[in-house]
Parts: sequence; structure tokens; C-alpha cells
Amino acid sequence: MNDTLLEVRNLKQYFPVKTGFGKTIPLKAVDDISLTVGRGETLGLVGESGCGKTTAGRSILRLYEPTAGEVIFDGEPVTAKNITHMRKLMQMVFQDPYSSLDPRMTVEDIIGEPLDVHHLCANRKERRERVLELMSFVGLNAEHARRYAHEFSGGQRQRIGIARALAVNPKFIVCDEPVSALDVSIQAQVINMFEELQEKLGVAYLFIAHDLLVVHHISRRIAVMYLGKIVEIADADELNEHPQHPYTESLLSAVPIPDPDVTRARKRIILEGDVPSPLHRPSGCPFRTRCRYATEQCAQECPTLTDRGGGHQVACWVK
Amino acid sequence: MSEKLLSVQDLHTSFFTDAGEVQAVNGVSFALDHGEILGIVGESGSGKSVTAYSIMQILAETGRVVGGKILYKGQDLSTWSESQMQSFRGKNCSIIFQDPMTSLNPVFTIGNQLKEAVVLHTERRGAEADRRVKELIELVGINEAEKRMKQYPFELSGGMRQRIMIAMALACEPDILIADEPTTALDVTIQAQILELIQSLQKKMGMAVILVTHDLGVIADMCDNIVVMYGGRICERGTAREIFYNPRHEYTKGLLRSIPNVSNMKKKLVPISGTPINMLNLPKGCAFCPRCSAAMKICLTEVPQELTINGAHKAACWMNVKDAYEEVRAK
Repeated sequence: MNDTLLEVRNLKQYFPVKTGFGKTIPLKAVDDISLTVGRGETLGLVGESGCGKTTAGRSILRLYEPTAGEVIFDGEPVTAKNITHMRKLMQMVFQDPYSSLDPRMTVEDIIGEPLDVHHLCANRKERRERVLELMSFVGLNAEHARRYAHEFSGGQRQRIGIARALAVNPKFIVCDEPVSALDVSIQAQVINMFEELQEKLGVAYLFIAHDLLVVHHISRRIAVMYLGKIVEIADADELNEHPQHPYTESLLSAVPIPDPDVTRARKRIILEGDVPSPLHRPSGCPFRTRCRYATEQCAQECPTLTDRGGGHQVACWVK
Repeated sequence: MSEKLLSVQDLHTSFFTDAGEVQAVNGVSFALDHGEILGIVGESGSGKSVTAYSIMQILAETGRVVGGKILYKGQDLSTWSESQMQSFRGKNCSIIFQDPMTSLNPVFTIGNQLKEAVVLHTERRGAEADRRVKELIELVGINEAEKRMKQYPFELSGGMRQRIMIAMALACEPDILIADEPTTALDVTIQAQILELIQSLQKKMGMAVILVTHDLGVIADMCDNIVVMYGGRICERGTAREIFYNPRHEYTKGLLRSIPNVSNMKKKLVPISGTPINMLNLPKGCAFCPRCSAAMKICLTEVPQELTINGAHKAACWMNVKDAYEEVRAK
């Protein structure tokens, strides 16, 4: 299979949490997830806050040392040993464009830093040329190079962050909520830029976000997470038109659509209660406490992702 | 014309900072009817929250209403004394804020804080006040009211805290509820719960709601009438259907083109170019003009006046004047 760029197999990320009296219990932030991302493809990852989507992205890049599981990039397993080399191929864009840029560095140095780390430029002139090229990719002017991050608006800062991620010519970028801190009128600029860069450079994205309309727009396939598990993966349109997991169903119905006739005509499925704490997860299926269809079996055994045809994978006993 | 519940007339609110006067609200007028849900939409810095705060007179120290009138049932609020305003806030008009964590006091129990609102504005005391608190907690759909009363805000989830804020705002059954980005800090499924709650309470109690938000989806879902703001001015107003299906201001049009929607999933989004407005340095003419793709010469120098498009649908955009002129000339 040559189309697969990144394969994640049974990735687990547990964090020890002290509960007093010298005891620790594991917080299962990401619990046994498997997914694949094709070359030049965008996989959307959605879920509510605390469901582990950001942790998943960070574990894939080994910003955390995963508890268990494998990440295979382009046929080669990513390990602690080869991670420096791997970071040249996979990069990250962070959510908050205010805290992810060093306030004491000029834009040129921020974008140039990955080039220095990986020794990609022979001399200063070459480095400067590459930085200016990257800046033009993301729609920043050359005269911005000498400025500091605080002189830019949120949208422009996010562009700087994207240029930094692109500096090493990666094949894969984890985008962790890259537009959620931006104003509505600016979001579209950044979304379009992501799409244009993908067409131009053939880079693949794992696009993490909680805004389902944005994710649907940018992604070819979408994975839905709930409490550390992936509950459904499908083609973006298929997922939106025929959601199978009860959680996906209610998540989609809860999204307010900016179209009065459409949004008022549809039936909202309101979920009761809140997301349970990941420290005290329900037995069996994590969603069963809020699920309308929950049965005995759901409490006893956790369903696994199974293919329901056409790559539409669902983890549910009932549906 | 029957008397409006609330009428804001040519409101000007400014903040006096070291860098100069910031005209956050620049001549805003609108009226609110009994039992209406009015949406105020705009991006950050458009003056939508400041408009809400001006009505309640809870502006930050540097801010002041410098012009215009706010009439509540025909009475001018600016002539009211501070103690009259105290009873207005809470009794006639309440507000809920974006972040339910920072708007609740962390060192008092939920019951204590709710009771404060009840005691302050009603005659109820002691056990009677406690009964009312319990009623309120049940009203906003939280079970085990007795237990919740003894809990502190940190023991509750975000959605639960926002419910408590709503309970507090409704303690005296106000005529107007101002909701300032009530669901922005919440998850989608929790947002749906809170919006549903506001809708059902609005129907039950018949109060008017001013919903301030940047989320066009929430606006489309909830509101009868919509006011679109940009740079401290109203650029367009009308019913939800008019605004979404027949936008007549370039900013509204741009905004609707730039958000992903069911209809444009496969198409490229059309972003609004440029960066958000700098309120310290407002353009002389139309505030949106530096980012507008259809801007004309007149937009640079003259502020457009509101033009009636169709009944209550009004827009302040020179393009409409141009269209009208061309229509007349063609005849």
C-alpha cells in the first residue's frame, strides 16, 4: 500500500495522576486509537474538549512519549531514536498564535529556526532567501521579516506559525485547532491558505478542530473522538449525511447551521449531561452513559471499530 | 406606534485610553419588543458587547456613554440614579456572560450566590428565599438542587455553571435577558443544551432576549431579528431570513460567503480580505471600506446612512444607493 503516508496502530497515551496517599492512577487521554492518513490527504479529527484529540496529535509527533502503540511514517516506524530525522517530515501548527511564537524573536528567526536546527541552509543568504520564499507562500510581505510577533494580528501570526511548520518541507502537518482563535472573517483566509498549500506542496494534514463545519469543509475523511477513543471514521460527506454512531449523530445535529430555514427545520438530538471525567470512565463503551440506545452489552464490553463498507468504520454495538 | 420595551437611540460609547479616545459604539439605534429574540452579530471589536454593557451601565471605568438615549418602557435610563439602576439591573434586565467560570465567585456556594440575587431584589428572606433558589435551580434543568446549593463553582462543569448563571439572571423574572456570547466557551453538545434552555425559558416566561454573538449559526438558529455590527456601527438589520437570504451590505455578504455552510461545502470559501479594524484609527467614511471589494470613491469619505430595503430590513451601504440610482436612470 503506497498511498498510506502515516499509519497509527493502537496508540495509547496515559498520564499518571496522583490521587493522594502515594497512589497514582492512569488518565487514559488516548486509548487505543488506530488511523491512517494518505499522501496529500486531509483527515479531520473532531470531538469535544477533553476527548483527547490534541493529545493524539501530539503523541503522533512524539511531543509526548506514547505509552503504547506504533506510529509508522512512510513505511518507517517513528521511534525516540529517529525522531530528529522524522521531525523534518512531520510538523505541527498550534492553536494559539499568541503563545506559540517567541516574543523576543523576529519573524525571520522564527521561520528560520527549523532550518538552523536541521542544517538545511549553507549560509545566511540562502537562509534568508528560503525564509522570504516561505513568507510569500503564506501571504506575508518581505518587509515583515524584521518585525516581532506582537506587531501582527492573530491571522498573520497564524501564517507565521504555518510558514515555520513548512520550513523543513514536511510531508505531514498536524494542525491543532489552527483557526479557532481567529475572527470569523479571518478564518476563511487561513482555511483557503491551508487548501492552497496542499494543492501546491502535496502536504497531508491531520486537521484537529471542534468546529464541524470547518472540518467538513477542509477534510476528505473525518474521525470522531469521544473520551480517548475513535468512535467513527468515514468519508466527510458520508459522515455528514449518514452518521452511524449515536454520538456522531447528536454531535452533527447540535451544530448550529448558518441558514435559518435549514437549521430550524431539522431535529436536534440533545444529549443529556456532560462528558464523564476521563479518570472515571464508564465501563464498556465510553459513550453509553449519554447514549439513547445503550444496552446491557454496552456496559460490559467496549465495541471496536469495524468497517461497515466503503471505509466507513464505526465502533458501536447497537447501530 | 406602541411603546417599545427597550429603545436605544443614537448610542455613542467611548473609552478614554492613554492612546486616545476609542469610539467603541458610534451611533447605534435599535428597539426591542416584548418577547422578541434579537441577535447582535459582529466580530471582536465591533462594539456588540459594549452596546450590551451600555444598556446595563456596567462599562469599565474608562468607558462612558457620550451620546444618545436608552429608553426602558419610555423612560430615559441616563436620568436614573445609581440606586434606581441597581434595581433595574437584575429586576428588569439581566445579563449572562461568556465565561461562566470567572463570573461566579469561587469562594461562595452556588446556593449562597443565588440567594444573594433573590434577597437583593425581592421581599423573600430566609427559608422562603431558599425555596426560591431551589425552584430556580430546578427551572434551569439541574437535578439534585439541594446538593447543588451546597457546592462551589469549581465542582460544576462549564455547562452547569452557565445554567447557574441563567438561574441567577432569572431570579426576578426580568423583562429583558442579555446573553453576551453565552455559549462561546462551551462544547457543541453543551451549547445545544444551553440554547435549548434559553429558548424554552423565553417561551415560558415571555421575556425579551438580546443575544450577542459572533456565531452566525447560533444567530440563525435562535433569533427573530438580527442586527449586524461592524466598527461600532450597525451595517444591516432585518429578520433572520432577510439577513441570510437577501443580505444587502457588503460586510454581511462577505461574512456569509466566508463561512463554511451546507451549500458551499465543495466550493472554495471567499474570504474577506484585510485585517480586522483598528478602533483607534477609524476610517473617515464607511468603517468596512478598507476591506470592501466593491468600495467606491464615496465610501472613503462619507459615512453611509441606513436605507430601507424592505420593511424592517435596512442596510447602511452606498452600493444600495448606487443600485437605486441606476434603476431610476434605466427607467
